[in-house]
Amino acid sequence: MESIDDYVLQVSNLSVKLQNQTILENVNFKLKKGTVLAVVGPNGAGKTILFKALLGLVPYTGKIVWTPKARIGYVPQDIAVDDIPISVKDFLSFENHVDVEASLTPVKLENKNVATKTLGILSGGQLRRVLIAWALADKPNVLLFDEPTTGVDHDSEEPIFITLNELKQKHMITVLLITHDVHIVREYSDYLLALNKCVTFFGESKEIMNPEVQKIVYGETVCAGTPDENR
Amino acid sequence: MGVSAGYLGSLMVLEKMALVGDALSHVALPGLALGILFNFNPFIGAFAFLFASAVIVWHLGRVTKLPFETIVGAVFTFALAIGVLIIPEAELLEALFGDITNVTILETAAAVAISVAAALLTKIIYKKLVLSMISEDLAISKGINVSRINLLYLLLVSIIVAVGIKIVGTLLVGFLVVVPGAAAKNVSSDLSKYALLSASFGAASACAGILLSSYLNLATGPMVVLSGIVVFVATVLAKSRAR
Repeated sequence: MESIDDYVLQVSNLSVKLQNQTILENVNFKLKKGTVLAVVGPNGAGKTILFKALLGLVPYTGKIVWTPKARIGYVPQDIAVDDIPISVKDFLSFENHVDVEASLTPVKLENKNVATKTLGILSGGQLRRVLIAWALADKPNVLLFDEPTTGVDHDSEEPIFITLNELKQKHMITVLLITHDVHIVREYSDYLLALNKCVTFFGESKEIMNPEVQKIVYGETVCAGTPDENR
Repeated sequence: MGVSAGYLGSLMVLEKMALVGDALSHVALPGLALGILFNFNPFIGAFAFLFASAVIVWHLGRVTKLPFETIVGAVFTFALAIGVLIIPEAELLEALFGDITNVTILETAAAVAISVAAALLTKIIYKKLVLSMISEDLAISKGINVSRINLLYLLLVSIIVAVGIKIVGTLLVGFLVVVPGAAAKNVSSDLSKYALLSASFGAASACAGILLSSYLNLATGPMVVLSGIVVFVATVLAKSRAR
C-alpha cells in the first residue's frame, strides 16, 4: 500500500500567471521516489515554467510540497557561455573544495582533458554532461533536467541516456525531465506528464505508444479531469 | 586604482555593460559641479550622484526589464548635459580630463584604501556574478540574491569611477573600467587568468599613462587611455597570431 513517504513531490492546483497571461492552470500530480517523470507538450505549454515554479523561481498559486529530505539539482536547457572565459574546472569549482575529476566521473568525462577546456568550445553533448556533473556535485536526490538532448548531435545522445539510467538505477535519484523525444519517454522514463497550460495526460510512460494518448499529447488539447471539454 | 578598475571592469565586459561603465562616469559631472559651486569636496558630490544613478539604473532595470544600456542612454547623457551647463568654465577641463598634479597625499591614501576595499568586496561576489551571467536561474537556485549582488556591484563601480575622476577625468575614466577587461578577454581562457590580467592591464595603463604625462607634460587622462590602447592592440595581435 502506498504511503505519503513514497512520494518526493506533490503538486496541487498549481497555477502560474506571468504578465497577466496564464502559463499554467490547475496542475496536479504526484511523483514517486526513484522514478523518472517525463514532461512533454508543445512549445509554450508551460514545461519550463513548471520547473521554475517547482524551484521557486517564479511566483505561483497552489501547493508544491517536496519531501523534507529533497535535495534538488537543476540542469537548465540553456546557459550563456559563449563569451565568458570560464573553463570546466572553474565552473565545477564554483562550489569550493570540489574534486573536479571525481565530479566528471559519473558523466564519463574524466581523463578526457575536458577540465581545462573553456565551456564555450565544448560540444552540445559535453556541455550537457558538464551541467549534469555540476548539478550532481551537491549530491542531490532529485534532478530537474530541462531537455537533455536539445542541441546534442545523435552520436552524443547515448552517453546522456546512459548517465540518466545510472542516475536512476545506481544512485536512486528521482528525475523530472522535459523532453520532446519519444524515445527518451519510452526507454528512460516511468511516468509521463503531458502539459498544454494544463495537464492533458498523467500516467505510465508506456502509454505513449497508445494512439489515443498520442492524440492527446501531441494533438488535441483535453485537460485531464474534463475529457469532453476542449480548451 | 588602475588595478581595482581593471578587476571590477572585467565583470562589466563579461556582462556586456561596457557602455554603462563608460557613461557612468558622466554622471559624476553634476556632482563635481555642485561641490565646486557650494564649496564642499567635489569627490563627495561626484560619489553621491554616481551612487544615486547606480541605484536608479538598477531599480529601473528591475522594474522595466529594459537593458541597462538603454537606461544608461537616457539617464547618464542627461547628467552630462546638466554637468557641463553648471560647472564653472575654469574647472571644466580638469573635471573632464583630470589633473594628477592636483591630487594631495591624503587623497592618494584615500584612493588606495578605497580601491583595495572595492577590490576585496568584488572578490567576494565575483564567482556569484559570473554564475548569474551564465544562468540567472542556476544562480537563484543556488540561493544567490542576483538583484542584490548586481546592486552591490554597481555601487562598487561607482566608487571606483569617483576615485578615478580626479586623475583621469569624467570623460575618460570609463576607459579604465572597460578596456583592460576587453584586452584581457583577448588572451584568457580561464576566469582566474582573465581577472588577474584585467587588473594588471588596468595597473599598467594607469602607471604608464601617469609617467608619460609627467615626462611629456601632457594631460594625464588621454595618456592613460593611449597607454591602455597600446596594451589592447597588443592583445588583439596576440590573439590573431594564436589562431
